[in-house]
Amino acid sequence: MSLRDLINKELSKWMLAPGPESDVVISSRVRLARNITGIPFPNRATPEQAKQVYNQVQKALEDRTAFNLKLVDLSRLSEIERTAMMEKHLISPMHAEGGQYKGVAFSEDEVISVMINEEDHIRAQVLYPGFQVEEAYRVVNQLDNFLESKLDFAFSEKYGYLTACPTNVGTGMRASVMVHLPGLNLANRIQQMLQGVSKLGLTVRGVFGEGTEAQGNLYQISNQVTLGRTEEEIIDNLNRVTEKIIENERYWRQQLLKERKDDLTDRIMRSYGLLMYAHKMSSEEAVRLLSDVRLGIDLGIIKNVEPNVFSELIVLTRPGYLQKIENKTLKPEERDIRRAALIRKRLRLTQS
Amino acid sequence: MLCQNCGERTASVHVTRIINGEKTELYLCEQCAREKGELDFATDPFSFHNLLAGILKPEIHPGRSFIQTDGDQCKNCQMSFAEFGRIGRFGCSECYNEFDFRLDQLLRRIHGSARHTGKIPERKGKTILIKKKIKELRNELERAVAKEEFERAAELRDRIRELERRSMFQDGGEG
Ligand SMILES: [Zn+2]
Ligand SMILES: [Zn+2]
Repeated sequence: MSLRDLINKELSKWMLAPGPESDVVISSRVRLARNITGIPFPNRATPEQAKQVYNQVQKALEDRTAFNLKLVDLSRLSEIERTAMMEKHLISPMHAEGGQYKGVAFSEDEVISVMINEEDHIRAQVLYPGFQVEEAYRVVNQLDNFLESKLDFAFSEKYGYLTACPTNVGTGMRASVMVHLPGLNLANRIQQMLQGVSKLGLTVRGVFGEGTEAQGNLYQISNQVTLGRTEEEIIDNLNRVTEKIIENERYWRQQLLKERKDDLTDRIMRSYGLLMYAHKMSSEEAVRLLSDVRLGIDLGIIKNVEPNVFSELIVLTRPGYLQKIENKTLKPEERDIRRAALIRKRLRLTQS
Repeated sequence: MLCQNCGERTASVHVTRIINGEKTELYLCEQCAREKGELDFATDPFSFHNLLAGILKPEIHPGRSFIQTDGDQCKNCQMSFAEFGRIGRFGCSECYNEFDFRLDQLLRRIHGSARHTGKIPERKGKTILIKKKIKELRNELERAVAKEEFERAAELRDRIRELERRSMFQDGGEG
């Protein structure tokens, strides 16, 4: 199989096309937590009750008129397969641990995924490339209506949708964007931004690593509050803050280009060179260098490389994914060699 | 147990991390945990577990008593409020009913509100929507009566009756 075919086969279809404002916003996600009335939450359900939940959701999904979702029983997957699913955000780290009567249903393009028996009975999410939070909510809301027509959701007039953890109760909604902020980081403005954002009812965390140490300058920003605000208000707030972040990030990128163009170009081209020629590469190093290269592409310093290389390789070079592609368990050193080879090959693919 | 980072001080912080699907457990002293940034969550006065701890501690407030009743266990899943405090998760949707009298304060501190204002599910929410409508109409009826608009009042009364009949049907129908 050619590398192009492999990428097309292995990555979610949505990842292959860039979305709006994708120079800063890598992806947008909206997740809803739902539970079935009366049955204890997964942390307390007996195997029999967990099975009941699994079967009820399975039955609901059999009706393919509205959503054509394919259900997979996690206990039938290997650990490598589960890890790879987590690495492309189809399931959560907690779900990737596997277990009995845990499942995930997803659409063919992998935009939609429904986790069964995660922290709540149902965690439905819609994931889009670029900045499209509203669109993601529109779809997940339709999916929610569809599921609710088949299942008896735990809902109280006072507290809204009832969830295992009270931090999710109410809308049960977590809306988030994944942003790439190399400009703010290089200009030493990241701490300020993170503090500002957390004062606005939003949570920021590094996608790989925490705080200013976040590898690859990738951050996930999501709503903290789920109760007492409507879905629209929550999304509106996230959108407005994200717009401000996009504006700031672009501003600092331009400033850097104006004031430190040679330093910046040197840094970016060195990272590019390492990615093109290194023989061994850890996932931390890969994420860091890829972030530089993506910035170089966005600023026109690196030409003839598609911006998408970044999001593709970030996923493909994760430990679980590498092993899935190779179809076997690899020692860390072997992984570093395969990772470097894959990156070299992928970057050359776009050059020709 | 000694801290796994410095090997000197006693470990007081238990950190569980899941990276690439692999769970790693670390026992650190407070100082090392702080340096490694693991305490950010725990020391945040608004963090969820601190909120819980604060609420579960029977603080003495003047003029306020902390009620401990036999409603301390959820009838549906047998989870106790103390257990909820330990694991930070409810056992089932009924827990919200059972522990209702203690939830307001907790939810207000997490969310700044204890009242859902968002989406109401279509099918299940029909009764709720009808109840809301009835409440609105009753207010309107009062105003109409006060203004001596009796024709309008009679009209509103009929609509309320009709909605009440429908809401009873809904309740029964959903069982
Ligand atoms: Zn220590
Ligand atoms: Zn319960």
